[in-house]
Amino acid sequence: MSATRRVAVLKGGRSLERAVSLRSGAHVQEVLERLGHEVVPIDAGPDLVDELVSASVDVAFVALHGREGEDGTVQGLLEALAIPYTGSGPAACMRSTNKVLAKLIMEEAGVPTPRFHAFPETSIKELGAAAAIPAVEDDLGFPMVVKPAVGGSALGVKFASASEELPGALVGAFSYDRTVLIERYVEGRDLAVSVIDADPDGDLDSRATALPVVEAVPREEDFYDYESRYEIGMTTFVCPAELPAATTARAQELAVRVYELLGCSGVARIDLMLERDTEELWVLETNVVPGMTETSLLPQAADAAGIGVEALVEQMLASASARRVATR
Amino acid sequence: MDRSGSAGGHGPRARATAHELERYEALFAARTRGMKSSAMREMMALTERPDVISLAGGLPDTSTFPPELYAKLMAQVAAGSTARALQYGPTEGLAVTVRCIVEVMAAEGTEVEPSEVLVTTGGQQVIDLVCKTLIDPGDVIVAEAPTYPGAVPTFSAYQAEVEQIEMDADGMPIDELERTLDRLHAEGRRPKFIYTVPNFQNPGGVTMSIARRRRLVEVARERELLILEDNPYGLLRYEGEALPTLYSLDAEAVGGRGTSDLVIYLGTFSKILAPGLRLGWAVAPRPVLEKMNLGKQGSDLCSSPVTQLFVAEYFDQRGARGGPAWLEYVEDLRVHYRARRDAMMRALAEHFGDGAVWTHPQGGLFVWATLDERIDTTDLLALARKTEGVAFVPGRAAYVDGRRGGSSMRLNFAGVAEADIHEGIGRIGRAMRQQLALLGSLTAGRRDRTRGAGPGEAPAGAEQAVDGDATVPPGAGSTEPGAPLADVVELPRRGEHLRARRGNDR
Repeated sequence: MSATRRVAVLKGGRSLERAVSLRSGAHVQEVLERLGHEVVPIDAGPDLVDELVSASVDVAFVALHGREGEDGTVQGLLEALAIPYTGSGPAACMRSTNKVLAKLIMEEAGVPTPRFHAFPETSIKELGAAAAIPAVEDDLGFPMVVKPAVGGSALGVKFASASEELPGALVGAFSYDRTVLIERYVEGRDLAVSVIDADPDGDLDSRATALPVVEAVPREEDFYDYESRYEIGMTTFVCPAELPAATTARAQELAVRVYELLGCSGVARIDLMLERDTEELWVLETNVVPGMTETSLLPQAADAAGIGVEALVEQMLASASARRVATR
Repeated sequence: MDRSGSAGGHGPRARATAHELERYEALFAARTRGMKSSAMREMMALTERPDVISLAGGLPDTSTFPPELYAKLMAQVAAGSTARALQYGPTEGLAVTVRCIVEVMAAEGTEVEPSEVLVTTGGQQVIDLVCKTLIDPGDVIVAEAPTYPGAVPTFSAYQAEVEQIEMDADGMPIDELERTLDRLHAEGRRPKFIYTVPNFQNPGGVTMSIARRRRLVEVARERELLILEDNPYGLLRYEGEALPTLYSLDAEAVGGRGTSDLVIYLGTFSKILAPGLRLGWAVAPRPVLEKMNLGKQGSDLCSSPVTQLFVAEYFDQRGARGGPAWLEYVEDLRVHYRARRDAMMRALAEHFGDGAVWTHPQGGLFVWATLDERIDTTDLLALARKTEGVAFVPGRAAYVDGRRGGSSMRLNFAGVAEADIHEGIGRIGRAMRQQLALLGSLTAGRRDRTRGAGPGEAPAGAEQAVDGDATVPPGAGSTEPGAPLADVVELPRRGEHLRARRGNDR
């Protein structure tokens, strides 16, 4: 086990995912303390930088979900303060967190992601983009999923099963971000593959490794919603997912590919759909600050791989320093 | 995936996560499935910040209570009843406090026997104890739609199935209730009680008419059902005649004894005095009351004697105008809240205008506003909290299925200063118009498809999306300040309207 370090745990913030972030942070804190590290919990707010500076920590553990925590903002600040931190750097955060950008990159690289079209609010207000919607309907077909380009809360994610539901769904999604995307709805099984830089020693040649696939099986709702994602008992998680070996291998291979394509480091969770009719895999999105609560998918997947939560957290700390060394 | 030795240090303790999860999950009671936090609630928690004007609270304005009087009363309790205040009290409540409750009930025009009163820890505990006493998993509670959002988690925790009856300007339509009861009977399902907030309903802001009150009591008698009459605001009436409680109507119907045998009455000091006291009460038929008393023993043994004695001291005070201090305080609250209600009505007319309809509460704390049906108020809250700094309760919180009420919102006026009411409604109005304008642009685009017209010809903007409609209920749509405003809880069905228009276009 590595030496005792002074670790700032960044959590909370003002995003819609504040509550989940506080729970992720609390869980990480508990684990860090069990590991014998010195913990400085920081609820990200207007005094974040002051608190970081005065805490004089060795490393920051980013458990901050939602916009500021995942879109590269906090990572950029930590770079400026020369504090090593867990997870991906600013560029990977920006590429992953903006779903439109991530999907464009995946499309270019030939990674299967559900067909989509993106609309900035300004294109509708100033460029008459509404007139393009019929074409989008013809292209994607119903049902469709409408999502804010940035944001991890399922609150903004809407379904439209017919043409007349689309305007309301779009207006709803625009409440969470200035750009929304309309995506073909893939019906099938919800899968998540966490990828970690699997090298406990922090060697520079550590390789991205996929953890076992987790399947989220909604218990009541027909959609795997925000509540069920974070509440014990609302969703059944199966880990490792019961899948044919080839499908598991393909899901893991896709996840590692996306992880590398977006330039992620430390850890990320890639969400996929296994389409029922075609049995094809589609990559939906990448989470660069995956949940670390007791019920979150990453700790469960690591556990299934024989990596306990302590080892997982230690590894994330190690990769924080490793990335910093590598980029110098 | 290399599962062997990929990480060091995973001893037995290190494998906690998934195992902890399973361990707790296996231990949780089945009823916890229905207990869930919601993203909406978490979002609302984010609005508790000084720079946010919150019209979301259910709060009375406790700043109006005179500080000197509070200090004096607490000092009297401390000096005069130290040992008693600090000791456990009887489960049914202190006799001196029950006497005050009888006085409040009399002011509501309702005679009750002290022996039929149970002092509780807030009105909320009455809902809990009634469910504890009456509800087996799967039993049915019939409630109003929308209903008091705070009752929903209690009903869920007891695994009740809730049937909600859509209200109109006169509260719950009883013919609709009867149809529901018939259907439940045919389905072999068992309603246990009818839950209603007859005065200035939370969240709907409407009041059940006298005719419906009488009919409700008859229906309950015919079908041997109990009624839970939740009446926190009855004394906070700003206009119109006070209506008799369901309890008193039933007592009249019973004749002679002067007590009801099917109404469980819920009262509280929270809105006429202070919610921080956590004191409410139930008046109920004796067999029900006895079970509720046993239930309360299991919950908290007794409500706080400190606050019960505070109330007793308070009810002995004379006010500045020579009457009982508590009644004068309620009169002052009425004046204070009426001004805020009026400010809210003016602000709604100015800032919501044609974009919404809303109720005109004759009392209480809340207004219920309903927007264009394509606007989802949960999303509107997300936008408004971020760009405008304002909060309200999205309507879905008032529906057990969490689906209906999506275009409505509950607005509190009682706990908010007039300037903030005006500013807050203005902010919501701005966010709403932003969404309506976007909807206008989007639907204009959609019509182009059916007509083959260019975007330039398409009328866009808010007015287009919410233009008048023949199905607006009577009284709706008036925006003249001071004129009677919409006394309705529902907007016309915009979607159908739109579909019909599209159909014609084709």
